[in-house]
Amino acid sequence: MEKLNRIHSRFVPLTLENVDTDQIIPARFLKATTRDGFGKNLFRDWRYDNDDEQKPKAGFVLNEAQYSGEILVAGKNFGCGSSREHAAWAIKDYGFKVVVSSFFADIFKNNALNNGLLPVTVSEAFLQAVFALNANDTITVDLETQTITIDATGLQESFEINKYKKTCLLNGYDDIDYLLSIRTDIEQFEKQYA
Amino acid sequence: MAKTLFDKIWDKHLVKQIEGGPSVLYIDRHFIHEVTSPQAFKGIENRGLNVFRPHQVVATADHNVPTLNQHLPIRDELSRLQVQQLIENCARHGVELYGLGHPYQGIVHVIGPELGITQPGMTIVCGDSHTSTHGAFGSIAFGIGTSEVEMVFASQCLLQSKPKLMRINIDGTLNKGVVSKDIILYIIAKLTASGATGYFVEYAGSAIRALSMEARMTICNMSIEMGARGGMIAPDETTFAYLKGREFAPAGEAWEKKVTEWQSLYSDADARFDVEINIRAEDIQPMITYGTNPGLGMPVNGSVPVTESITDEGERKNMQKSLQYMGLEAGKPLLGMPVQHVFIGSCTNSRIEDLRQVAALVKGRKKNAQVQVMIVPGSQQVSRQVREEGLDTIFREAGFEIRQAGCSACLGMNEDKIPAGEYCISTSNRNFEGRQGAGARTLLASPLTAAAAAITGVVTDVREWLS
Ligand code: SF4
Repeated sequence: MEKLNRIHSRFVPLTLENVDTDQIIPARFLKATTRDGFGKNLFRDWRYDNDDEQKPKAGFVLNEAQYSGEILVAGKNFGCGSSREHAAWAIKDYGFKVVVSSFFADIFKNNALNNGLLPVTVSEAFLQAVFALNANDTITVDLETQTITIDATGLQESFEINKYKKTCLLNGYDDIDYLLSIRTDIEQFEKQYA
Repeated sequence: MAKTLFDKIWDKHLVKQIEGGPSVLYIDRHFIHEVTSPQAFKGIENRGLNVFRPHQVVATADHNVPTLNQHLPIRDELSRLQVQQLIENCARHGVELYGLGHPYQGIVHVIGPELGITQPGMTIVCGDSHTSTHGAFGSIAFGIGTSEVEMVFASQCLLQSKPKLMRINIDGTLNKGVVSKDIILYIIAKLTASGATGYFVEYAGSAIRALSMEARMTICNMSIEMGARGGMIAPDETTFAYLKGREFAPAGEAWEKKVTEWQSLYSDADARFDVEINIRAEDIQPMITYGTNPGLGMPVNGSVPVTESITDEGERKNMQKSLQYMGLEAGKPLLGMPVQHVFIGSCTNSRIEDLRQVAALVKGRKKNAQVQVMIVPGSQQVSRQVREEGLDTIFREAGFEIRQAGCSACLGMNEDKIPAGEYCISTSNRNFEGRQGAGARTLLASPLTAAAAAITGVVTDVREWLS
């Protein structure tokens, strides 16, 4: 996994709430057997008319040229619904490294962390402050200090992440590396468990 | 110290506690299916690993399989490839597969319990959010992502932070026409689609104790729709009676020993929960959803809420978007509204008991000519039972179409889709935009409410039919 630390970037605001995984990546795109290439189907049904890549829907934020960047900012309860990790893959593959929201669904948060996509939970007030920004304003997310800052105004909040996950992201490790390192403990456990 | 049911199972499966981090949790059963496993198999193979404990993994093909002519090759090329890969992956890693054509094939959350693979006190995971279903047996069961499927393949363990605990007590007697689907739709409407995020829920109380295993599964199944990690119900005589004699349930002396062990699985009287909610069973009516998340539900004879009264701007916007998608007007009732489709199936309501309820209601009646009715049994075993009990005749005489087992129109990955703009009363668990097909409009309800609509062609209060 790629290391992650400081992200300084413009952002894409998705003001909707309760964005579910069926919207992030519709079920018909789950037939792939690899992890790559999901970005082009991210928010597919909101992005295009009649599923036609030649017909982007006006008004949907990914289609608006003034918005870009590595940070997706979304309304509360982002990522609810199914456990499909394809949702995290699609967001990552599209080019985002951070998702900011005032509330995340549990499984989505885990899936994101397991793929080097950083979910940052902010207060509702902070979220609204971001939504009020101009398209060319930037945000800085610093994993080491666990802070998120609106560069133009200096408004800053700290965010939580568990110590273990933080170390993993900073170093580009994943859980499997760790689990493999404790296999003897697991075998020991199995013996006394049976 | 007093322990909750959850604590008892969690503690028993704790391999190690990482300081300042998650716990290493041992997993007893791992269910897999064709959609969320291929990348995980590839992942461990890239690391040069085999599946660590293949005998604790059970596979089936359910999400994208056709529900007609399952004996023929799958027409959709990508689906066929996915199913083919599952066959090859399972063979290569020594994992038992109940694939297409196997008498045990079916929706993963239907077959685990009916085969007796799901048992009390276990930790159970699957790359599917409705794994919470298995919690009905008094197990810790939850959905995981593909990276986590890979972790379990590699180590039979997962890194998990302990969730907060919520208990929902439902006491009293259910009104006539009210079934377990109504209980859970009522709870989700009360708590909202995110109201239990971060929690594991235990359902308790006299109304829960009185439910069959099938009905309990329906409730645990939809725990995820309010954001919960999972749901569970302490095992009791109903649980043991359901499991006894099932294919993979313990037998003979082992059975006696297990039951004794299972009898200790309950929350101690003075165990503490982070949140407790009390509900009176009498307050619950037949429910229906009107919006695009399962929290937007109401009694079937209610009116769609008025959006102006919602003070939170984000919520108001969401509701307006939702109603626009659904083509529904705020303030109006749904009763009497025509529907074009009825879907009876999915891991929420495709078990034999659900289909018996439907058959009892529609026996001797005919469906409305404007409605297409699809019944998709949850598994091959359920299909067989339907035939043995003669329910298929009742359904055919009513003009219902009976399909073969699979997820089907629950998520519209195969050909079973609802056309854009049309209404479907569905016994499944999600009414998200496009869930049942692009532009499809889903109204979630119980099998009884769905069956009634099939006959009348409109949203119907099933209580009017029951004397
Ligand atoms: S029936 Fe629907 S909810 Fe259940 S496992 Fe299949 S797709 Fe998921």
